[in-house]
Amino acid sequence: MTILFTDARLIDPEALTETQGSLLVAEDGSIAGPWTGKKPPKGATVIDCGGKCLAPGIVDWGVKIGEPGERHRESFRSAGLAAAAGGVTTIIARPDTLPAIDTPETLEFVTRRAAEASPVRIRHMAALTKGREGHEMTEIGFLLDAGAVAFTDVFSVSSDSKALGRALTYARSLGALIVGHPQDPGLSAGAATTSGKFASLRGLPAVSPMAERMGLERDLALVEMTGARYHADQITTARSLPALRRAREAGLDVTAGTSIHHLTLNELDVGDYRTFFKLTPPLRSEDDRQAVIAALAEGLIDVIASFHTPADEESKRLPFEEAAPGAVALETLLPAAMRLYHGGHLSLPQLFRAMALNPARRLGLPQGRLAEGAPADLVLFDPDAPFLMDRFRLRSKSKNTPFDGARMEGRVLATWVGGVEVFRAEG
Amino acid sequence: MAFRARHLLGIEQLAPLEITTVLDLAERYVDLNRRTVKQSDVLAGMTQINLFFENSTRTQSSFELAGKRLGADVMNMAVANSSVKKGETLIDTALTLNAMHPDLLVVRHAASGAVNLLAQKVDCAVLNAGDGRHEHPTQALLDALTIRRSKGRVERLTIAICGDVAHSRVARSNLILLGKMGNNLRLIGPPTLMPPGFAELGAEVFDDMREGLKGADVVMMLRLQKERMDGGFIPSMREYYHRFGLDAEKLSHAKPDAIVMHPGPMNRGVEIDGELADDINHSVIQDQVEMGVAVRMACMDLLARNLRAERGRRIVETLV
Repeated sequence: MTILFTDARLIDPEALTETQGSLLVAEDGSIAGPWTGKKPPKGATVIDCGGKCLAPGIVDWGVKIGEPGERHRESFRSAGLAAAAGGVTTIIARPDTLPAIDTPETLEFVTRRAAEASPVRIRHMAALTKGREGHEMTEIGFLLDAGAVAFTDVFSVSSDSKALGRALTYARSLGALIVGHPQDPGLSAGAATTSGKFASLRGLPAVSPMAERMGLERDLALVEMTGARYHADQITTARSLPALRRAREAGLDVTAGTSIHHLTLNELDVGDYRTFFKLTPPLRSEDDRQAVIAALAEGLIDVIASFHTPADEESKRLPFEEAAPGAVALETLLPAAMRLYHGGHLSLPQLFRAMALNPARRLGLPQGRLAEGAPADLVLFDPDAPFLMDRFRLRSKSKNTPFDGARMEGRVLATWVGGVEVFRAEG
Repeated sequence: MAFRARHLLGIEQLAPLEITTVLDLAERYVDLNRRTVKQSDVLAGMTQINLFFENSTRTQSSFELAGKRLGADVMNMAVANSSVKKGETLIDTALTLNAMHPDLLVVRHAASGAVNLLAQKVDCAVLNAGDGRHEHPTQALLDALTIRRSKGRVERLTIAICGDVAHSRVARSNLILLGKMGNNLRLIGPPTLMPPGFAELGAEVFDDMREGLKGADVVMMLRLQKERMDGGFIPSMREYYHRFGLDAEKLSHAKPDAIVMHPGPMNRGVEIDGELADDINHSVIQDQVEMGVAVRMACMDLLARNLRAERGRRIVETLV
């Protein structure tokens, strides 16, 4: 079935343009290109976008799904439904499951489960070391063959630099992409907040923002030593940026991402020990937030992701330092990103470059574009529609969003994956 | 009435006028406590539960005595060896207690913010008896009362808080209270025990005792929280005592009539010289203990009044 989207505000992250027009989707579920004809092609279904924004679906890099091991927090089904409602058409899932995805067998299991249960595409990262323990590398070759798009131990940072160096050297020979979490494990041990006046007053264990830079510098030195392809999952502090810039200028194969929460919230939002604001890494100062936004606008930071981390009520209804870190964000990523648009920090094409094109490109996926031949993974949204966030209306099994009760702008109206509608908003 | 709070979770939520209200009322309880018959009936019929997740003898007995003198039925929950050890969460413990309809809940917990969390889940008035490294409001109030009685005022004084500031909830509550009342504050301690950002609150930070104590009216020593140390904050106890322990020589840099305070329990020979702690010309440490009972009576009295008023309003609302 061919589809013609008419009267759309087309957000093209590749050309960095916004144009009013029509987009044709071919029968095979790929984009056929803009349509300038007066009449729709024969047999095409016409979808009138009513002047709203049509953009490539979001490629959300670093989503935690509770399968296997913690299905009560999130299943492939619930994550897929949440993603569809949030305009996320490709989930890049994390391997920090129970057990970790560190063998081709587990990877095949989750790949099969995801395909059965989720309405959106799910691709998997595999663990870099066995059990994410930071010592012995996983079967990187087999895991690549089984479809792993990248390798990461997620938030568990190895202090064994020799083992990490070996894994990077081996990964390089296979062209595998390594995703690091830049954080010095010693300095950040036990921390629940970023050190400073706020953490001191609240009496919470805190980590200096310097821990991120130390972790990044270590990883970048190993990248320089081994020539591996490297992506820093979350850069959240101003102090890390010079190191990142130096690595780029030296021509290392390095990219970086950041999280939507660190772009839209700061440490003061924790307020009276609100555990939904406890994240990994912890929220930073307002100066850091501004610096990271500027780095994103400049292109030094490439990717915005949700770092969707479902946590059940029990693990959040605890004293702050004991509570589980993380926030769900598949459904709030787009409206939260609209804060950056309405605040005049980033244009819509720039935002979709960071949320769709760049992650897809870095991971070697064909998504994230409106060009001919690209998969018709699309999101139709109204960037101005206001709403009051109610966490109990989220489709995720876990409801731990820091945006509960917040006024937000930007609603997803419909989502397509490969030309097939997977979500349409009510009303 | 100038005390609006429903709970006493920290000094941060109190306005200077509310602090003064507590201190004024506490003065009356100091007088009552010095009589032979120390009985009042302002909490008669009310139930007070002391819920201590961290062991404490001094604070718990002070709260117990305060409640009993005001006529409340006081129950001590020894949580350290109860269902919490069997895996019950803080919230479940709170809900269980709430179902027993207490009126005043006095809580101490090892985690910062735990008392705030608990207060959201119960219908009664909650008093924070110390949460982690966050606040210990009644300690700051009793310190303020001690200072006021000794110096005639609790404003425009130079007050030095010395020692393990990083691990101390007493330091935080005092810093906030004494700052609110308009004093000149100094923090003295090794830089490893000095949390970042406190200079921004208007306190001067020193790592030399003699320099920091110069011209001080009040010297507040903090307990070195040995049990909280992950290790490596200071090279040794003896070096700590040499550089930061208060003795007569170091105190000589403060004003001649300076008072010496300590929240207790003291580590004699670690943060304070034993003889100095007993020196009646300077030490007001025993006064602090006495003021503690009076201040806690005042706090519970004020919270009980607000609780009664609120319940009264609720009844009226259901009738209208």
